[in-house]
Amino acid sequence: MKPRVPAIATLLPLLLGACQYQHYQSDFGRAGVEDNQFLTLFTIFLIVCGVMYLLVIGFLFAAIARSRRLEANTVETGRHHRSDPLMSTTLIGWGALIGVGLAGLAIASFFTDRSMAKAATGEKLSVTLTGNQWWWDIVYNSADASKTLRTANELHLPVGVPTRIILNSNDVIHSFWVPSLAGKEDLIPGRENDITIVPKKKGIYRGQCAEYCGAQHAHMALVVVVDSYPDFLKWWHHQLEPAPMPTTPLAMAGYKYVTGGPCSACHNIAGTAAGGQVAPDLTHLAGRKSLAAGTLPMTEGNLYGWVEDPQSLKPGVKMPTIGMEPDKLHAVVAYLETLK
Amino acid sequence: MSSLFRASFLVAVTSALALAGCDREEHHSRAKPIGETVPAGESPDTIFPGTSSAPPLDPRAVLYDNNANAIAQGQQLYLQMNCVGCHSHGGGGMGPPLMDDQWRYGGRIDQIATTIAEGRPNGMPSWRGKLTEDQIWDLAAYVRSLSGLPSKDAVSSRAESMSAGTPQSLTPHAEPKNSDAPQQ
Repeated sequence: MKPRVPAIATLLPLLLGACQYQHYQSDFGRAGVEDNQFLTLFTIFLIVCGVMYLLVIGFLFAAIARSRRLEANTVETGRHHRSDPLMSTTLIGWGALIGVGLAGLAIASFFTDRSMAKAATGEKLSVTLTGNQWWWDIVYNSADASKTLRTANELHLPVGVPTRIILNSNDVIHSFWVPSLAGKEDLIPGRENDITIVPKKKGIYRGQCAEYCGAQHAHMALVVVVDSYPDFLKWWHHQLEPAPMPTTPLAMAGYKYVTGGPCSACHNIAGTAAGGQVAPDLTHLAGRKSLAAGTLPMTEGNLYGWVEDPQSLKPGVKMPTIGMEPDKLHAVVAYLETLK
Repeated sequence: MSSLFRASFLVAVTSALALAGCDREEHHSRAKPIGETVPAGESPDTIFPGTSSAPPLDPRAVLYDNNANAIAQGQQLYLQMNCVGCHSHGGGGMGPPLMDDQWRYGGRIDQIATTIAEGRPNGMPSWRGKLTEDQIWDLAAYVRSLSGLPSKDAVSSRAESMSAGTPQSLTPHAEPKNSDAPQQ
């Protein structure tokens, strides 16, 4: 039994460390205002509850030690009635401590709640995020229709700007969770939820669907890029541009197949005949950091693999395996790579 | 001891039976083994003058007909590819209804797949090259379920999207009336 205790003592910090090894998906990231407030609240709860727990354990051991000192059969002799002034003082103190501790927790949680409600009213940017099996549809809302932007699987946010994210789902319940920035919020079909995020640090963070939603739930990730406000606007304006016409003959052949063939039935590429609305928007696909909702990094090799046989890379995904001939595959990938 | 033995024997038999129930059907996510086999214009058709008999059922029919996954995928495609635009949710509109017992071009699953792949006169577009053959067969499996043709344990009791209609598992069975259509 004995050697286990030091083993656990060495393992525990290692296990906790594992929560943080990927800095871009961390529960202790402190990269968002909401996340920061929750961490402070969590720390207060941990300290108060920890102190009380240690006191209870201390009293337990004190009681054991005390009962050993006392003679046996106190009930039969009637001696258990005798009062101990020290004991009653301790009990009153203990009651007061519980009252103060609970009041402290209630006040801390009340103020956190209030400041979060205040943050939710100061929205500067509105994004609609729709969950699908198994990818994220992202629309940047704007009063000006020509500035409304549709993209997928990569959320760009400006640092320090309160952003309201409206959450919807097209099929089953999903959950939006970017641990470095904020807590979880569910995406429920037929219902609109929202969460306001104020990112504090620039960086790339990983989001993950946090509600089991089917076979590829684990491969439903979201890349969140937090940029300075001017960089964010530059990105937005670039994303609003339609896809450029390909210049090489190979990419041109791919363009013809993609916009006239089976890809166009589901995918949209702005500025071309491909106008499907049921799959991720591909207008600036090659400019993204990942492929298939965070399943693979965006590389030429992965693009080849994904286009040729998505069902072996993400079995059950709604994109079918078409079984393209090699010349068609080369052309399609050459075209997709021009979509920066 | 013997009662314990009997109990564990019973548990073993029950779980074996329950496990056997899992093997109801094949879930194929890849179209590859099924193959894009039929060249354009050579799909089975039964619209002949005279009284020639219908060609035999396509061997792929068993993979899709009465297959819960195929019907569910087909239901999603039916909405996504906007079949609803003309056929409504089976009741018809600009296009003919799909939930009754009338089949102009046959109600067999391979005949429906042909109709979707090749298109038909008066508005039905050809989906060949826009959908994969696997998707076309999924859709055909779902279209058959609109008139209650597949067995009730294969269809969903809940629609893929929000719907005020009757659940598919309660869709009345409408036996196809065409003389050349039903052979299964």
